[in-house]
Amino acid sequence: MTFLFTLILFNYICSMEILHVKRVYKTYAEHKALHNVSIHIDKQRIFGLLGPNGAGKTTLIRIINQITGPDKGEVFFEGEKLAPKHISQIGYLPEERGLYKKMKVGEQALYLAQLKGMSKNEAKTKLNQWFDKFEITNWWDKKVEELSKGMAQKVQFITTVLHEPKLLILDEPFSGFDPINTNLIKKEILELREKGSTIIFSTHNMESVEEICDDIALINKSRKILDGKVVDIKNEYKTNIYEITFEGNLIAFTNALWTGFELLSTEKKDNRIVAKVKGIQKDTSLNKLLATVLNDVNIIAVKEHIPTMNEIFIEKVNEVMPDDLPEEMER
Amino acid sequence: MNKIALIIQREYLTRVKKTSFILMTLFGPILMAALMLVPIWLGLKDKDIQIIEVIDETGQFINQFENSLTLQFDYEFKPIEEAKTAFYKEKYTSILHISNLGKQTTAQLYYKKQPGMSTISNIESTIEKGIRNIELKDKFNITKAQLDEIQPDVKVNPIALSETGGEESKNVGVSTVLGFAGAIMIYFFIFMYGIQIMRGVIEEKTSRIVEIIISSVKPFQLMMGKIIGIALVGLTQFSLWIILSMGIYTIAMAAVSSGDVVNMVNTEQMMQGEQMNEMTKAASSTDLEAQISGVLQQIPIAKLLISFLFYFLGGYLLYGAFLAAIGSAVDNEADSQQFMMPVTIPLIFSFVVAGTVMDNPDGALAFWLSIIPITSPVIMMVRIPFGVETWELLLSMALLVLGFLGATWMAAKIYRTGILMYGKKITYKELWKWLSYKG
Repeated sequence: MTFLFTLILFNYICSMEILHVKRVYKTYAEHKALHNVSIHIDKQRIFGLLGPNGAGKTTLIRIINQITGPDKGEVFFEGEKLAPKHISQIGYLPEERGLYKKMKVGEQALYLAQLKGMSKNEAKTKLNQWFDKFEITNWWDKKVEELSKGMAQKVQFITTVLHEPKLLILDEPFSGFDPINTNLIKKEILELREKGSTIIFSTHNMESVEEICDDIALINKSRKILDGKVVDIKNEYKTNIYEITFEGNLIAFTNALWTGFELLSTEKKDNRIVAKVKGIQKDTSLNKLLATVLNDVNIIAVKEHIPTMNEIFIEKVNEVMPDDLPEEMER
Repeated sequence: MNKIALIIQREYLTRVKKTSFILMTLFGPILMAALMLVPIWLGLKDKDIQIIEVIDETGQFINQFENSLTLQFDYEFKPIEEAKTAFYKEKYTSILHISNLGKQTTAQLYYKKQPGMSTISNIESTIEKGIRNIELKDKFNITKAQLDEIQPDVKVNPIALSETGGEESKNVGVSTVLGFAGAIMIYFFIFMYGIQIMRGVIEEKTSRIVEIIISSVKPFQLMMGKIIGIALVGLTQFSLWIILSMGIYTIAMAAVSSGDVVNMVNTEQMMQGEQMNEMTKAASSTDLEAQISGVLQQIPIAKLLISFLFYFLGGYLLYGAFLAAIGSAVDNEADSQQFMMPVTIPLIFSFVVAGTVMDNPDGALAFWLSIIPITSPVIMMVRIPFGVETWELLLSMALLVLGFLGATWMAAKIYRTGILMYGKKITYKELWKWLSYKG
């Protein structure tokens, strides 16, 4: 018994995985919402869940929140099968969100915290801390209908994170915020990760994905079509295109490129030339390009052209998908 | 704290703290009293004494009309034209002109102000009675005194004789009033609080808080919490009303001298129909109270109260479940109309047939409607004051429990899907599909 317990404890401590969605299917009447979707999320990461509207993101999120159940497949939370007791360890900010309009801010925040299983006193203490931090202490007795949209969003964010969930699911968290508050929330999200939370971040705002996500999964038409670390994905999708600015002879430059690189375009600016080149060999790199042309021209600037997440997103979504992939192809 | 208890607490407190609830609770009994008393007061006020100038060309009706509380006849001997010219100088409210005699006597009533229907019919019956008396005397030589002597005075006393030989007399009038009052109250309570459930569900849906809440609790818990919370609001309001009414009654009793109160009771009951009228007439002021309490003792008060609570809660839970489901399926209150119809029709129907049931409280219609759960809350309340067999009551109650369990089960399925569905026009076919969805 003790052995088994130690084993479980050991397993628990060593496991870096907080959530494992395993081959989940969900169908609504005639509409396929999720088809064989699997994702892994490690602890203390910010996981971007991406996809166009209607791809199945919300359905997946609702399954993780136990609002609805999968038709087939399983979800594991810290290695255990997802169960009602995990509700208190998950915080959820839905895309379509709101509060009771006629209820006072403080009263409402207390109510929502208690529904997540916090005691009233604990919730009150924590709420006071957050209200101080966001400088909104004087809102406590205001009715929600008296708040502006941005103000209400702040309150909503606090009620989502108040119970310090291990897993935080934010669906388009920045909608409705001005840039200043967006930064505030962004900072809070990063801070929460430092404190040990894992964040699922669902969005189609690609800029914020690049900025804060560690990993992503891309869902389109009810299937997962791409996942992994942001860095890896960008590497995988890099085009080996470089932009180099130099002074010197264009012919000498072209000759130097020779077998390693292909000249795509040139542009003359005063006495400088801006050239776009593409590496032909597999192990091409910026260093190699520099080495190739170093002796022939006077290099002013050079940078690698890396595709943005937005480009990758659009490219992947527009790929024609085979209607029915064999299930074994996905892990 | 248990999550469903938290939800009940919120639903209850937010409603009880509302100004509209407090006002309604405080002024409800006063409003009710006013609703009942104002028509009576107006009726009394309206009964001015009518002085009628009788111009009788036949000479047969002189001193034949009986004066009553509100009608006074004066006999004048002058040509009708003269009376008409002088009409506005005289005290008379109208002139009754009788020109020929016979069964088809025609009479004209000239008036200053349009007399009410009751005044005219009162005058008509007085004239009819007068003619009858004259004819009786003329043709059969029977005087009015002789006629009164043979006038029978029959009163049927309904007595229930049970198999064991026990006798129980019942006052149909009181049973009718009680049955009707119970039915009206159940009907309004189910409507009032049922609609509140629907509004609450729609509010949660349109304010988009529902998804946040059901990420913490099960949709079923949210739905039941709301239904139970609002039921408690209803019970609170009801008990406060009873307490306040009793308070008002006590104060009124203390304020007004006992004689006046009896007078008030007298007039009130005169309004309530012949039966009561007869009863009050027969009773002198002092033993009136004894008589009322005697009647009340025949009515199973405890049974009535317990049944009222049971059928209120049962009916409310049954209809509340349906209304919660409707609220979840629509985006705003205007869209709810199409689904409201089939839910409200049985309720309105049972209210409409309540009168028929009262005429025959043990008939087949009464029996079946008081057994079927969707109509039983109203119809059973109508029947109970007349006496219902215990097995019928138990069967009806058991079926009502089954009914609301079934309704709640169905509603939960629709609710679960409906609350997360936006911007879609829902059809009955769609609702049927939701019933078959799993988890």
